[in-house]
Amino acid sequence: MLLIPCPFCGARAQTEFVFERSVDSVVALDATPEAAMAALFTRTNPRGPDDEIWRHTYGCRAWMIVTRHRVTHVISAVRPVGPVALP
Amino acid sequence: MTGPGRDSSDATIGFRFDDKPYRARPGDTLAAALLANGVGLVGRSFKYHRPRGIMTAGVEEPNALVTVGEGGRREPNTRATDVFVYEGLVATSQNRWPSLSFDVGAVFGMASPLLSAGFYYKTFFGPAKRWMIYEALIRKAAGLGTAPTQADPDRFSQRAAFCDLLVVGAGPAGLSAAADAAEAGKRVILVEQDSILGASLRRDPQALDAAWIDTTAARITAAGGRILTRTTASGYWEHDLVTLTQRLAEPGQIPVNGTAQRLWHVRAGQVILATGSIERPLAFDHNDRPGVMLSQAVRTYLQRFGVLPGKRVVIATNNDDAYQTAAALKAAGAQIVAILDARPAPAGTGSGFAVHNNAVPLATKGARHCLKQVTGLVDGQTRRWDADLIAVSGGFTPVVHLHMQAGGALDWDAAAQAFVPTASRQNVTTIGGAANPAPIAASAPVSHPKKSFVDFQNDVTLADIDLAWAEGYRSVEHLKRYTTLGMATDQGKLSNMAALSRLAEKQGVAIPEIGLTTFRPPYTPVTMGLLAGAGARDAGAHIRRLALYDVHAARGPIWQPLGLWVRPRAYPTGGETLAQAALREARAVRTNVGMTDVSTLAKFEVSGPDAAAFLEIICATTIGKLAVGRGRYTFMLREDGFVFDDGTVWRIGDNRYLLTSSTGGADRMAAHISYVRHYLCPHLRVSAVNVQEHHAAIAVAGPQAKTVLAALIGVEPPRHMSTIAAMIADVPVIVAAASYSGERAFEIYVEATRAPPVWAACDQHVTAHGGCPYGMEAMEFLRIEKGHLVVGGEIDGRLSPHDLGLDRMLNKAGGYVGVQGLARPALAAPGRRQLVGLEAVEGSIPEGSMLVTHDGAPVQGHVTAAAFRIMTGGSIALGQLAGGFARHGEDLVATSPTRGQRARVRVVAPHFYDPAGDRYRD
Repeated sequence: MLLIPCPFCGARAQTEFVFERSVDSVVALDATPEAAMAALFTRTNPRGPDDEIWRHTYGCRAWMIVTRHRVTHVISAVRPVGPVALP
Repeated sequence: MTGPGRDSSDATIGFRFDDKPYRARPGDTLAAALLANGVGLVGRSFKYHRPRGIMTAGVEEPNALVTVGEGGRREPNTRATDVFVYEGLVATSQNRWPSLSFDVGAVFGMASPLLSAGFYYKTFFGPAKRWMIYEALIRKAAGLGTAPTQADPDRFSQRAAFCDLLVVGAGPAGLSAAADAAEAGKRVILVEQDSILGASLRRDPQALDAAWIDTTAARITAAGGRILTRTTASGYWEHDLVTLTQRLAEPGQIPVNGTAQRLWHVRAGQVILATGSIERPLAFDHNDRPGVMLSQAVRTYLQRFGVLPGKRVVIATNNDDAYQTAAALKAAGAQIVAILDARPAPAGTGSGFAVHNNAVPLATKGARHCLKQVTGLVDGQTRRWDADLIAVSGGFTPVVHLHMQAGGALDWDAAAQAFVPTASRQNVTTIGGAANPAPIAASAPVSHPKKSFVDFQNDVTLADIDLAWAEGYRSVEHLKRYTTLGMATDQGKLSNMAALSRLAEKQGVAIPEIGLTTFRPPYTPVTMGLLAGAGARDAGAHIRRLALYDVHAARGPIWQPLGLWVRPRAYPTGGETLAQAALREARAVRTNVGMTDVSTLAKFEVSGPDAAAFLEIICATTIGKLAVGRGRYTFMLREDGFVFDDGTVWRIGDNRYLLTSSTGGADRMAAHISYVRHYLCPHLRVSAVNVQEHHAAIAVAGPQAKTVLAALIGVEPPRHMSTIAAMIADVPVIVAAASYSGERAFEIYVEATRAPPVWAACDQHVTAHGGCPYGMEAMEFLRIEKGHLVVGGEIDGRLSPHDLGLDRMLNKAGGYVGVQGLARPALAAPGRRQLVGLEAVEGSIPEGSMLVTHDGAPVQGHVTAAAFRIMTGGSIALGQLAGGFARHGEDLVATSPTRGQRARVRVVAPHFYDPAGDRYRD
């Protein structure tokens, strides 16, 4: 079970979070049909660090991007996303 | 048999094994107590039913598996070496019939070529008849203990903890490390699977005595450290999370405070593994019978438990450690008949014993309960010795399980012929014997591989490994699955290295080139109840309680689980059946008026200047043109273009909307809305709040619903698909006119805590008009007859808006989630499964049945929901049918062969009742 450093709450157990998807499989609202289908069905699945979207659903409910190594699980960066993170 | 310091007057604890009473000393394991009572035969083996005794003194025991306890506390496959005797313990041997000493199944042992490696696979590929014959035999004969059939009466608890340092194993290395860290100010947890601390020091008290153990333990606790005995670190997970399984009661024992075991989740800053090593057996013919014991186990029984396991002993070794066993046995008065040392001279010289160098055991002979003779090969010559015990030592396998579960790497230690832990990507280090196994001689050849057991628990011999090799199995992973080696409850703790070395020998490569199979948690078996913990029994599922639960309960309804909710299915009166009650309720709605609790609907309040724009992203229909006070049906798509939910959107203010969607999809929709809002459109000025449980909701439906509503709110009720704010019973409510039933209907939204008086007021007026409450069963009848969709039924995630006839409602401007996926031409193809109505021509349409043109023809669709015409009878259904839109009027067969049900049906439009919708419009 991962220990995820929530930008608002600090390190919390994975059971408090819900995984949404990796950033590379996000379908932008204005994507072309081709780009949307590529995001959904042909993913990069890198062997190494990857940006993943998680939500601290059973905590502060904030959304964040967690950079997690897919083999070692090392979390190298976490940053909040959503309205709170807008400049 | 007794040993030094073993006085029978100490044996104060009474226990039973196979219905015979015995006595044990406090601190005895069941294995030690059985040996002290001269019980050599403890169980029968898995496949061949061979007589087996006690081979080890630890959790690695493969042979002495017994069932402990009775009733709901019965624990099968308990290692006799890992249960401490308590007063009244009841143990039973396993896998024998009719009795342990006379076992019919042992015939399998005589016919053992029948059950060679890959037997099951080969039989599967053979003629089916062969399998049918074998199956009945095997099902009866194979297997270990049987699972208990009664509920476990005890409690299993869970606990979370944090520490700076977790030390696993309380031998000399672990104790020292824990004491030093605790005194350096670290928060320390030390865990030991045994009931007492000391580990190897209890086997070899000469090294450091019990006083040192007590002193060191006192240092740890004095510095604030925590020591947990009878606690196994069973799993090492990501980010230094270690799960511990703690026994508060022995298997089968009544717990003192009701809690039998505790599962710990420990997040550690650092982990030290001082897990020691496990001694390896040697492979020789009949190396599995009672009287064959690991050398260190012999010392443990002798020097910890005071039990002498044999009087005339042969020692077979490839290392120096076994000489300590010889010395201890001699000191206890046993006769060392021979020492067979696989190493050439001068190994063993100076031990004070007559040592045979270049000597290996070849075979044993004996009776069912005991060993009688050992045959060995000394410098190429066969020799025989009469003996009642052979103590074997094939070297030491470091316990690297947790290190490997943590994602660690291993190095090959050629001198010890063992894998030792090296780097880890987690914060874990291994110390003590687990990191430094003793050197040994390389393994020696064996003459009779057929009865040379490698995996004792799964009855896998060297011959099986050779056979697998001969049949082309090269990878260790394939070997494991083909022979079942290492797949028993001991997970190959004794067998894996022996198998690897045999495979390496066959391939002519070094062992490291063979590789290892994956180490997976748990280290030792874990009781299922412990994983369930407090979630067992009624606490197994979360319950979401309706705000109006008590109001419904007072009527004694038939309840229906719906996700985590439970809702009234029907309100029977006067001995009605479910079907009778539901029909009465549905008819009340069709002819008069009814009311029902629809609080479980998903509800979202969407507000802000960009609320409409946001809803036009979530929903695939237009929203922006909706006037204040109006509502409309809407539906949502997945990104791949398929419909995943539907509901209603109400504009309840200038920039305020109430969106409802299905009960079953509520949590999924909440996550989706949050994702879209926060990730895809953070810039929008909108708030989307989940108000599912903030509002309770009551639907009032029927020809008299408008009259009832007018009386309730004192003003003109809203027209169809309109909404107003009003008061009922002095409580503010939102009244929204929408119909699921097909009748004139209103949904009343009210703050959940204030719902009961609103329900009571509705109830009073509905009853006064001759109506009644209705449950989910009547609601299902009503909506099927009307042809309304349900998520999970007609909307099953596989149909596009085109397939459901919803395409005309799509927002032409696009911009909604799923528009790109829906653009794929295949989603609008004419031959796809499409929503249809079905009317029985003959028989009653079975729910869930298949649609075919005639019996035996390919499936063209299925029935999603079946009911009957509420007022006139007659079986009707909704379904999905390939190209269904163009097939109205066609006759088909709806068949459910598994239930033996069948009807002839006609394809019709999916609206059986008031297709024009005249009944709910003014």
